[in-house]
Amino acid sequence: MPASSPDVVTDFDLDQAWRKHPQVALREEAFGALAYHYGNRRLIFLKSPELVVVVRDLENYPSARAALDALIPVDAHGSYERALARLVESEVICGA
Amino acid sequence: MALESPSLTDRFKLGLEAPICLTWELTYACNLACVHCLSSSGRRDPRELSTSEAKALIDEMAELKIFYVNIGGGEPMIRSDFFEIIDHCVDRGVGVKFSTNGTRLDAEKAERLAKSDYVDVQISLDGADAVTNDAVRGEGSYDAAIQAMENLVAANFGQFKISVVMTRHNIPQLDAFEALADHYGAQLRLTRLRPSGRGADTWDELHPTAGQQRELYDWLITRTNVLTGDSFFHLSAFGDALDGLNLCGAGRVVCLIDPVGDVYACPFVIHDEFLAGNVRDPGAFTSVWRDSDLFRSLREPSSAGACASCGSYDACQGGCMAAKFFTGIPLDGPDPECVYGHGETAMAKVAVELRPGPSVDHSARVPVRLGVSS
Ligand code: SF4
Ligand code: SF4
Repeated sequence: MPASSPDVVTDFDLDQAWRKHPQVALREEAFGALAYHYGNRRLIFLKSPELVVVVRDLENYPSARAALDALIPVDAHGSYERALARLVESEVICGA
Repeated sequence: MALESPSLTDRFKLGLEAPICLTWELTYACNLACVHCLSSSGRRDPRELSTSEAKALIDEMAELKIFYVNIGGGEPMIRSDFFEIIDHCVDRGVGVKFSTNGTRLDAEKAERLAKSDYVDVQISLDGADAVTNDAVRGEGSYDAAIQAMENLVAANFGQFKISVVMTRHNIPQLDAFEALADHYGAQLRLTRLRPSGRGADTWDELHPTAGQQRELYDWLITRTNVLTGDSFFHLSAFGDALDGLNLCGAGRVVCLIDPVGDVYACPFVIHDEFLAGNVRDPGAFTSVWRDSDLFRSLREPSSAGACASCGSYDACQGGCMAAKFFTGIPLDGPDPECVYGHGETAMAKVAVELRPGPSVDHSARVPVRLGVSS
């Protein structure tokens, strides 16, 4: 199973609107969640409960930046931006 | 808040709300009699789950958000309700990956499979030619598997998998397996021979030599598109970690539901010692997974035991519980195929007759013999 998404950072635009991919299902776990993509059949691990909230609620914000501002303390934004960029790569999130 | 630590491996050791790698064997019936069959299959068990029990179990999987199930046997396609079961899985959003010997996968079934979304097929093949394969899987099994692959290609199924158990006789055929997979546009999946089921009787003769373990590691480390699951993490002690799950997930991320509904810690430990409960018990599968004494104890931190002083413990974790158990090595001892040879020393301390034999056997009532000797 793919234990983690590749470390390639795409042209992830923080100011664009994003949402969880419609073919992705989440199962919450103590460490965060499993995300399963029914299209490409990849299993991805979301490694913190906060990241799960961000992924789930992205669609309610006009941009990823707005979501992070609302949900994540400023000093952690950098690591969440990188995590979201990887989730674009693995198609867990997509442009809204 | 930290995104990187603690490691997922450490989290997995504590267990999950539901398994990630759930194997469900639909029947003990099989028309072949492979000498290394992990479930000692052959005869159907009269207590096997009925169609409606199977469907209720699938509904439970869907509620637990088990995103896919690995279906096996026995030969799952022997069940007359096979398609009813997999259709129900797909309807409930439980993807299916099923393993078959291919003998029942005719043109019409291939068409039917090609039509259904979320179904992956793995054809078992243990030799890149008929002689090598049939010695282990029985006469005619190579041709049947190849025919099944031809049928899938003709039906435009798309990418299927060729699943190979690595033995002393087929390690020299790694490149040939790769070529075969390429020929059919298939993906190669290599798994480890474990001394489970009838494999207990043939393991000494069939498991790869120390030199072949190295050869396999060197081959795998340069491949990115070959699946191995949790098969070879004991080889990570050679150096860089291989792709895949690098820990024993038994009862933590892995488990088996057998044809009669018994829940075991892993498909390779069909033995009373690793029986956690039955899906027919009150609370069904969910409470076996979450609350059984066995699974709770497997999620307790375990000691590194005899491997504590090994510099490769982080990579190898002492190897495979099933391989240790059925070769008579203590569970906190080294893997029988420890790359430093500690497993051989540990095995030498236990007489072969004292190894725990399988406690469940559905073999046909004729002795199963290895076709050719080496
Ligand atoms: S016992 Fe072996 S086969 Fe089973 S989960 Fe552990 S490592 Fe894998
Ligand atoms: S001593 Fe134990 S941890 Fe070290 S390589 Fe051997 S089996 Fe693995």
